[in-house]
Amino acid sequence: MADRLEVLKTYKTYVGGKFPRSESDRTYRVTDRKEKHIANACRCSRKDVRDAVLAARSAFGGWSSRSAYNRGQVLYRIAEMLEGRKEQFIKELELAGVKEKDARAEVHTSIDRLIYFAGWTDKISQVFGTVNPVASAHFNFSSPDATGVVGIIAPDRSPLLSSISLIAPVIASGNSCVLIASVENPLPAVSFGEVLHASDVPGGVVNILTGYRDETVDTLSSHKDVNAVLNTIADRETRKLIDENASISVKRVTHYPAEDWFLDDHENPYLILEFMETKTTWHPVGI
Amino acid sequence: MSDIKTEENINKTSNGSPKPTSPNSDLKLDFASFWEYSPAPESSDFVQIDDRYNHFINGEFVEPVKGRYMKSINPATEEVLCEFADGTSEDVDKAVKAARKAYEKAWSKLSGKERGKYIFRIARMIQERARELAIIESIDGGKPIRESRDVDVPLSAAYFFYYAGWADKLNYAFPGRKPKSLGVCGQIIPWNFPLLMLAWKIAPALATGNTVVLKPAESTPVTALKFAEICRDAGLPDGVVNIVTGAGQTGSEIVNHPDINKIAFTGSTNVGKIIQKSLAGTDKKFTLELGGKGPNIVFEDAPLDQTVEGIVNAIFFNQGHVCCAGSRLLVQEGIADRLIQKLKDRMETLIVGDPLDKNTDIGAINSKAQFERIQNYLEIGVNEGAEIHQSSCQIPENGYFCRPTIFTNVSQSNRVVQEEIFGPVLTIQTFRTPDEAIEKANNTPYGLASGVWTDKGSKIFKVGQSVRSGVMWSNTYNKFDPTSPFGGYKESGIGREGGLHGLYPYIKF
Amino acid sequence: MSIAEIPDFKQTIPIDKIGVEERVSRLNKRSIKKDSKLQALKLALSMIDHTTLEGKDSEGKVIQLCSKARLPYAPMPDLPHVAAVCVYPNMVSTAKKALQGTDVKVASVATAFPSGMAQFHIKLDDTRYAVDQGADEIDMVISRGEFLKGNYSFIFDEIAAIKEACGEAHLKVILETGELETLENVRKASDIAMYAGADFIKTSTGKILPAATQPVTLVMLEAIRDFYHETGTMVGMKPAGGIRKAKEALQYLVLVKETLGSAWLTPDWFRFGASSLTNDLLMQIVKQETGVYQSINYFSND
Repeated sequence: MADRLEVLKTYKTYVGGKFPRSESDRTYRVTDRKEKHIANACRCSRKDVRDAVLAARSAFGGWSSRSAYNRGQVLYRIAEMLEGRKEQFIKELELAGVKEKDARAEVHTSIDRLIYFAGWTDKISQVFGTVNPVASAHFNFSSPDATGVVGIIAPDRSPLLSSISLIAPVIASGNSCVLIASVENPLPAVSFGEVLHASDVPGGVVNILTGYRDETVDTLSSHKDVNAVLNTIADRETRKLIDENASISVKRVTHYPAEDWFLDDHENPYLILEFMETKTTWHPVGI
Repeated sequence: MSDIKTEENINKTSNGSPKPTSPNSDLKLDFASFWEYSPAPESSDFVQIDDRYNHFINGEFVEPVKGRYMKSINPATEEVLCEFADGTSEDVDKAVKAARKAYEKAWSKLSGKERGKYIFRIARMIQERARELAIIESIDGGKPIRESRDVDVPLSAAYFFYYAGWADKLNYAFPGRKPKSLGVCGQIIPWNFPLLMLAWKIAPALATGNTVVLKPAESTPVTALKFAEICRDAGLPDGVVNIVTGAGQTGSEIVNHPDINKIAFTGSTNVGKIIQKSLAGTDKKFTLELGGKGPNIVFEDAPLDQTVEGIVNAIFFNQGHVCCAGSRLLVQEGIADRLIQKLKDRMETLIVGDPLDKNTDIGAINSKAQFERIQNYLEIGVNEGAEIHQSSCQIPENGYFCRPTIFTNVSQSNRVVQEEIFGPVLTIQTFRTPDEAIEKANNTPYGLASGVWTDKGSKIFKVGQSVRSGVMWSNTYNKFDPTSPFGGYKESGIGREGGLHGLYPYIKF
Repeated sequence: MSIAEIPDFKQTIPIDKIGVEERVSRLNKRSIKKDSKLQALKLALSMIDHTTLEGKDSEGKVIQLCSKARLPYAPMPDLPHVAAVCVYPNMVSTAKKALQGTDVKVASVATAFPSGMAQFHIKLDDTRYAVDQGADEIDMVISRGEFLKGNYSFIFDEIAAIKEACGEAHLKVILETGELETLENVRKASDIAMYAGADFIKTSTGKILPAATQPVTLVMLEAIRDFYHETGTMVGMKPAGGIRKAKEALQYLVLVKETLGSAWLTPDWFRFGASSLTNDLLMQIVKQETGVYQSINYFSND
């Protein structure tokens, strides 16, 4: 039997619930660990960042006003869809040179991590909200509220697991996000966009861009309609650039470099809280 | 009920004031023509303000290394009140070293329980010296004694009292985590609530086991130095609290000092951005409490008379020098005329003048610079075509005083609507639908505080959810409490102060 | 006033109780010193409806009351006399006689005071009797039971009818706010009374606790202000019951000054329904004039 010529996948970006190519029409070569070409990925430009932030901003209102229960269900649904397509992701990781066993572990941990955060959506306010016993005749309560559009700069390591570990806590509370995927292996993140697309996540809640960080991070972290940045790049220069850009519009910045994305430490509610505001409401008590 | 109407008294009531029913009176209420309040000055003879103040470093008052001093002005008289040290990098470095030593040798070695007891002591001593502190706050900063006596000082004590109790209970504050202190905190506070902002900063820092280098604002340093005396009298270990005075440059030395672990700043958004930029690439934690342009939304079913009072509290409290001031009134069209009429009547009863007079409602604008800034905005507003209305009250000849002011006929694009004026100046816009109100409310880079007035509970919650601000005052405004977190969304800042949430910026896991 | 201008009393005007209390508390912080204090103490004295409303009232007591009313403190004959005495209808003629030749008015409670629990014609007769006896002012009570049932037109009509029965006499309408409980009810009852023709609205009979309070008074003053802006007609205000100290009286005057303005600061438009307040005002006035704190033993108990 003659070998069948495989149909290769074209990797695009995921913006506003659609899969556009980079506005610049540029791509770059994605290779495995032995420098063998495995795919072309979009080399996004500042205009792609702009479009993605716009999409994220449009999606924010609707997503953040969903019930916490509903957001939890949507996150759970992502996990379900990923479970169903896990062989695809294992293969994709293997393609980039990850051993089958490690690839399987990464996908499994990714699924479990989604479920972990899915369960937090309707508990975060209970655990971290307060009723404040003020001294005057007022009822006073504080509850966490999503901060808005979050820019995420993903690491190269564990490209599927790290992306999911970053996206899940950010969107669990109602934020929308723009993720700059791993440069070395952006393919799992892009394919994850397909999972999101198929799992009731409203378009624009998660936007995934690929390309070189020096062409995207500056624009994303300086964009005045981005409320917060979650950065995993440890390099001092990058951190400083992001911090300085953040000061243009008083963005919240969380630097979150990690060596090992498999650790249970990444499952904690404090990461969700980093991207939430505390809103305090006062009202008189009287007849 | 005059039975006999003669020609003379027909237009006058028996006390001689114009009778409002007379045809020419246009139904205008008159609040001034009869029974004026005599001056009621707070007696201040027991209050000692020295001619010169030094830094408070390592438990003692020390002269600035470079020997330079600045002057604090009483804004109600424009006279020099005292001199205070102009801190340089040498002074800041001394203070940071003292704070570091105190952190390592003393404060972090103490149990939470003992730490708490020191803070309780401080709270009590503030209460004991309350009247003195209130008077100084009014003299140095220009705020009415009614406010410094009833708000600033008692609340300052309350914040210390509240956070004192946290010191030995921190393990209950963060589910699943054990908090650790950060080290040395650099804190820079503004001139609008000098002692209260000090309390907001120092109380949680000490409770969580940190030591402090604090810089008060250059126009209002005195109560911070009085507080230094309290720390000394309370036996607080040397170096746990250090007060370095000076202006922006001194603040920048604190921000950039390499041995500081955390910066807490309250002030303008512009300076906040500069600080955030200075901290770029460092590992310093920081919190910022910045500016605002608070929308105060009034629906037609609001309790109108209480709303008017709320509007007054929102914009005329502390001369409008309030970051969370309700400076943009958004009123539903159907009641706008009535509400504005009521507000104008109420404004006529506001007394502007001597901050030390117990009847003063609006004191002196804090400084000449701020006074000029406000005057400039008044001109801008008029030039933009807004209609200006000011109360007709008397104001003193000397000192920096500004009549309460409202601007009507403004649009969203006007600078007086967009920019923080930080004075007793209110803009009034109308809206027709709740969506329009919410849209206007959110159409700003700020997000510190907002108000909503309606009799309908479900509307309060919906508007509260939709307006993006850290504090939502419903059917009230400008209320503060140590248990209640405060802080902004968007460009109004990062982090919360007050309440359990106010511990978070001072700890790490 | 045409029917069209009368508001629909089924509609409730929202009032936030905490906001009202905060406003009162802020007004209470006004510091009244020196000249302004003496002026206010004398003004308050001139606004008193010096009152006795007891089952054991006798002609002798009423005559004493009247003599105190016309000359509150003999050593200071220049002090103002009180505005009125307030008595039961059967004491009106006694009071009228005792006050002959003075400007002190005689006010009489009527309409089955204090409960108002009588048939309508009896209330009318009660009113007419008091007027016939010479009362200058009638203090009527509203039917709180009907009000709390929501029968607002009954309240309106009753007040309007009593007003007519008053003829030349001025009508004060007692809302008995202690039984209305909520400030919204106080506001509504105030509006009904004013639109039905009240010359004054009054808080309480003094027989129910709480009687006059400052939050209630503030709400009523604000109702008067709104009514004035709507109609151009001034209505007077009378807090009654429980006001015993000069300091409280000054606080009430501050409420009036800063809510309605100077025009209402006369006995024509503001009264205190009180009995022991008179002596406390006198003590404070004498203290202000002499600098010496006073004892009640030096002031007659009438």
